[in-house]
Amino acid sequence: MYIYDQHDKTLIGERVAQYRRQTDDYLAGKIRDEVFLPLRLQNGLYVQRLAPMLRINIPYGMVSATQLRALAHITRKYDKGYAHFTTRQNIQLNWPQLEEVPDILAELAAVEMQGIQSSGSCIRNVTSDEFAGINADEIEDPRPWCEIIRQWSTLHPEFAFLPRKFKIAVSGAKSDRAAIQVHDIGLQVLKNEAGEVGFKVLVGGGLGRSPAIGQVIKEFLPAQHLLTYLEAILRVYNRYGRRDNKYKARIKILLKAWTAEVFAAKVEQEWLQQIDSPSTLTDEVIAHAKDFFTSPAYENVDVTSAEATLQQLAGEQIAFGKWRDRNVVTHKVAGYCAVHLSLKPTGVAPGDVTDSQLEAIADLADRYSFSEARVTHHQNLVLGDVKLSDLHELWQAAKQLGFATPSIGTLVDMICCPGGDFCSLANAKSIPVAEAIQRRFDDLDYLYDLGDIKLNISGCMNACGHHHVGNIGILGVDKKGEEFYQVQLGGSALNDASLGKVLGPSFYAHEIPDVLERILSIYVEQRIEGESFLDTHRRIGTAPFKEYIYAKAA
Amino acid sequence: MPKLLKDKSLVDNGWQVLPKDFAGSLPNAPCFVPLDYWLANKQSPLNPDTVGVWLDAEQEPEQFADDIKSLKHLAVNFPSFMDGRGFSIARLIRERYQFTGELRAIGHIVPDQLFYLSRCGFDAFCLEALDLGDEAEPHHQLEDYLAAFSVTYQACVNQEQPLFRRR
Repeated sequence: MYIYDQHDKTLIGERVAQYRRQTDDYLAGKIRDEVFLPLRLQNGLYVQRLAPMLRINIPYGMVSATQLRALAHITRKYDKGYAHFTTRQNIQLNWPQLEEVPDILAELAAVEMQGIQSSGSCIRNVTSDEFAGINADEIEDPRPWCEIIRQWSTLHPEFAFLPRKFKIAVSGAKSDRAAIQVHDIGLQVLKNEAGEVGFKVLVGGGLGRSPAIGQVIKEFLPAQHLLTYLEAILRVYNRYGRRDNKYKARIKILLKAWTAEVFAAKVEQEWLQQIDSPSTLTDEVIAHAKDFFTSPAYENVDVTSAEATLQQLAGEQIAFGKWRDRNVVTHKVAGYCAVHLSLKPTGVAPGDVTDSQLEAIADLADRYSFSEARVTHHQNLVLGDVKLSDLHELWQAAKQLGFATPSIGTLVDMICCPGGDFCSLANAKSIPVAEAIQRRFDDLDYLYDLGDIKLNISGCMNACGHHHVGNIGILGVDKKGEEFYQVQLGGSALNDASLGKVLGPSFYAHEIPDVLERILSIYVEQRIEGESFLDTHRRIGTAPFKEYIYAKAA
Repeated sequence: MPKLLKDKSLVDNGWQVLPKDFAGSLPNAPCFVPLDYWLANKQSPLNPDTVGVWLDAEQEPEQFADDIKSLKHLAVNFPSFMDGRGFSIARLIRERYQFTGELRAIGHIVPDQLFYLSRCGFDAFCLEALDLGDEAEPHHQLEDYLAAFSVTYQACVNQEQPLFRRR
């Protein structure tokens, strides 16, 4: 993991002091509401339906056991003893007091954490792949590049008052787990024929009111030009992005208005003016960043014997076998694996954890995974470096703690925003809908038979629950004060990214489990051996689903 | 006239900003003319010691790139403090067009932006733009805002080398 040096520590300390002064001035009536708004947002503080909400950055999802314990302490001392992991690998507190936020930020700073630019119209926390550095399909570890981007974007003086929020994601693997096609900038790390590292650059992806898939504006950007090129994109956006309408202010709208070709040419023109400036990365800088992400001290594991033992245990204990099949992922190092800690047990809001669970995760990380954990885009956690010979013991511990729900990747491992229970933007609740679905679909064998299905739920069109890119997406809408739910089919945020299409008229909350059951029955009936839900939908289209569901409902 | 924060101290501001649609003859006092006026009248002798140019947020320094070096006073308007286009315009004026004179922020800014503004090349700030009033004693020393951080990651106008080359 990246470790702060004196410069980073000084900066974060000065940021806390600055925000403390801003908060004091605000509480003393010396700063107006509308002026305080961007200041607090750029430190992570929203004002929500019931209380402020504080979003804390977990850069590219990497979190240490020490940091998890500090988060546990903070949720206990300043909040109600629980927190929420988001789709952008961050963590949110739901009930902090505005006047205590400077103290929270000071406690976070002590463990090298912060909420800088986690909200507001600025460059947000950079996100990545939860299997960075450990997956066999990796081209290059994205984390050193993420850290370089994190530092560049932190308190960038030119880009703190952009037309709208700006999100960057980086993937270094063949399989995209970072949803780079639905970010304002998506970066795919590549190697060219000469073996040199560079980036494919996508721009203009995003969800929200006008969902769009990102478009490639540069096929191969040599790595040393990363920051000058990003600076050129941001400068073009800052100067020409719309500011007259907040719903048309994202970079995707500019790209649509100009076309990707025109936008790319404008960026190229700007970039060539600053190419080879001092912001060009040197070999030393790149090597320095990579030094923070070297492999931990892996042990030699007797793989054959470990595998044989696991096989035997899986045979004896069906629950262990199911868990291993679903929640354990292969590792690039023989004898190791990555393990999902599920945050989706039935009855708990997806992504929620308590203070004592955070501490338990820290203990598991200390014991089994070199004291580190990773937050996933799907609102679960991953222990990245678990010895095969520890796997059964870890399963037992995780089961006791409630992290062993063996449902990763299935229908009930859904992404869900906090919705109308917490969020002042929401049109409808989302957590109770998620829970009703979990309760209905509680037969693991049926879920396993359905295979990988991404179900995403958002409580409003701002799409924090990424409903457009769920294989099945559910969107809460408000009609004359009543909550309804629109269903979309066919979205994906993976390499084959696509936006879902609306099935038809929306439903009451209580109808949703039945509607899902019918959607799935069409899939089961129509699928060809081994075909996923998404592939079946792509083959047969929305019509068969639509006919069946609305005929039955009528 | 409201005072000016310049080179970290408060000085009298003898300059007026002429309206965007200004036409006619110039006042007998230092003034910023709008960019369009400058472009229309730059053939006539205008004294750079008493005539500066101001740009609005949607205007482009590219429009008078060749003139920038000959000028001594420029100003960039912020229609609202949330409108960040002026930050990019200032860097272009300083870094690309190598302007070394006074670069003033006018319109609407807030004290907590002074650090970023100065990093992007502004060195003069109208107190009127800061909304602090003329006589009002700012609740903190303005120079404290200008020095909010001692560490910066990025290269910018006042620091050509990014931190990664200084570590």
